[in-house]
Amino acid sequence: MRVALSAIAIGYIGLFLVLPLATVFLQASEKGLAFALAVIEEPDALAAIRLTLLTAAIAVPLNAVFGVAASWAITKFDFRGKGFLTTLIDLPFSVSPVVSGLIYVLIFGLQGWFGPELRDHGIRIIFALPGIVLATMFVTFPFVARELIPLMTDQGRQEEEAAATLGASGFQTFFRVTMPNIKWGLLYGVLLCNARAMGEFGAVSVVSGHIRGLTNTMPLHVEVLYNDYQFVGAFAVASLLALLAIVTLTFKSFLEWRYADEIAATHRH
Amino acid sequence: MSLVVDSVAKRFDRFPALNGVSFTVPQGAFVALLGPSGSGKTTLLRILGGLEFPDAGSVHFADLNWLGVPARHRRAGFVFQNYALFRHMTVAQNVAFGLKVRPRRERPSGKEIARRVEELLALVQLDGLGKRYPSQLSGGQRQRVALARALAIEPRILLLDEPFGALDAKVRKELRGWLRALHERLGLTTIFVTHDQEEAFAVADLVAIMNKGKIEQYGTPDDVRRSPKSPFVAEFLEDETAKPTHRTAGAHPAH
Repeated sequence: MRVALSAIAIGYIGLFLVLPLATVFLQASEKGLAFALAVIEEPDALAAIRLTLLTAAIAVPLNAVFGVAASWAITKFDFRGKGFLTTLIDLPFSVSPVVSGLIYVLIFGLQGWFGPELRDHGIRIIFALPGIVLATMFVTFPFVARELIPLMTDQGRQEEEAAATLGASGFQTFFRVTMPNIKWGLLYGVLLCNARAMGEFGAVSVVSGHIRGLTNTMPLHVEVLYNDYQFVGAFAVASLLALLAIVTLTFKSFLEWRYADEIAATHRH
Repeated sequence: MSLVVDSVAKRFDRFPALNGVSFTVPQGAFVALLGPSGSGKTTLLRILGGLEFPDAGSVHFADLNWLGVPARHRRAGFVFQNYALFRHMTVAQNVAFGLKVRPRRERPSGKEIARRVEELLALVQLDGLGKRYPSQLSGGQRQRVALARALAIEPRILLLDEPFGALDAKVRKELRGWLRALHERLGLTTIFVTHDQEEAFAVADLVAIMNKGKIEQYGTPDDVRRSPKSPFVAEFLEDETAKPTHRTAGAHPAH
């Protein structure tokens, strides 16, 4: 029975996760590694890689800060509308990414609420970096908070209360007590957030405008190449994207293995 | 330096936790807040520690408006029911915490802090365990770390929430005798919460029997036992004495 179940699980994972990923790498290397590398070194591809990394570099730290702040507020304090806020954090998970992108077009686009004013001041948000960052932030907002809220709820408030009775200020309590207790959860949240930020397609697609070499991120560049029938090129860029994700997850597993004791200790003893 | 609690009331949503509680704790007294669960004793203790604020009433400590002083400035040593030790810090770091977070000009030197930690660990009989983590200690040891940590800030008053609640029967008895002796040595005003009558009567100078957010009777153990002032007190005392082994080891597993 156990063997059968394991076989099913492994077969399922193989069919739906490993096989497609392997195909991506195989297709990419169809014309040789040199060809794949050449595609990645094209100016448009390099620009897409840069844009993706830049977007993640802005969106992920901001979401980490907001995620920690939101989790801290929700788990350590009581206030009206707390349940509503918790639900709100999940919103990006339940809304289609395309809709998330459209929201920003409706607000900042030329025909949107602030469109004319922004144009008069020469500020571009849609079809430019700010729009891409905003859309990415919206989609990846829940990752950090979702990781931290259950952890912080489980840890309770007592250590913070103890710190207060021992004379610690809010800052001292946060950096000396709360932060060390949540650092692993925070790191996971950030890694997942990062993986998704680099891979986001739908929301970014709507706000980007697909200007080659300018507002195309890596996922968008994959699509462009694919639509141009440059299959090997598309798969080469896709491989790189997949590789970034695999590196992220490997790093996470490594940390889990390396610091297993410490991670166990930060849960309830 | 007595503590004067006057008509303190507190509700949580609709549920009244405290219904006008008044009592006075003389300087240096060892007081037990005794009552069934839900009687409001922990809420009262948390108000004294600055972790909860009453809706009405006043608390004065050494003629100071105690409610106007935030928890971090009260210097009230608080020992939590589950100890609330900092799990990512060693025993020594836990004990040193209250000294390390002091503003620079009031903070002792690193050497002085280390010396004080050693002294406190010796006081609670945990010499040599400074480098352990809380997860590597027994319940009784954690309890004493929590106490050492609370004493490190040179508290003006000591507040203990069910200090022996999570320990097995044998350790409870040992520890309470030890705590009483420590109290005698330090002379610190101490208030502790318990639902165990035997414990309260064995250790405390004064016992406040609480029920439904009120103090039913407040006095020395002898007075309370000899002349219960209300049917509740009489019944509560009777109930407890009727069951000689009312608590068994392991009923409250250590966390």
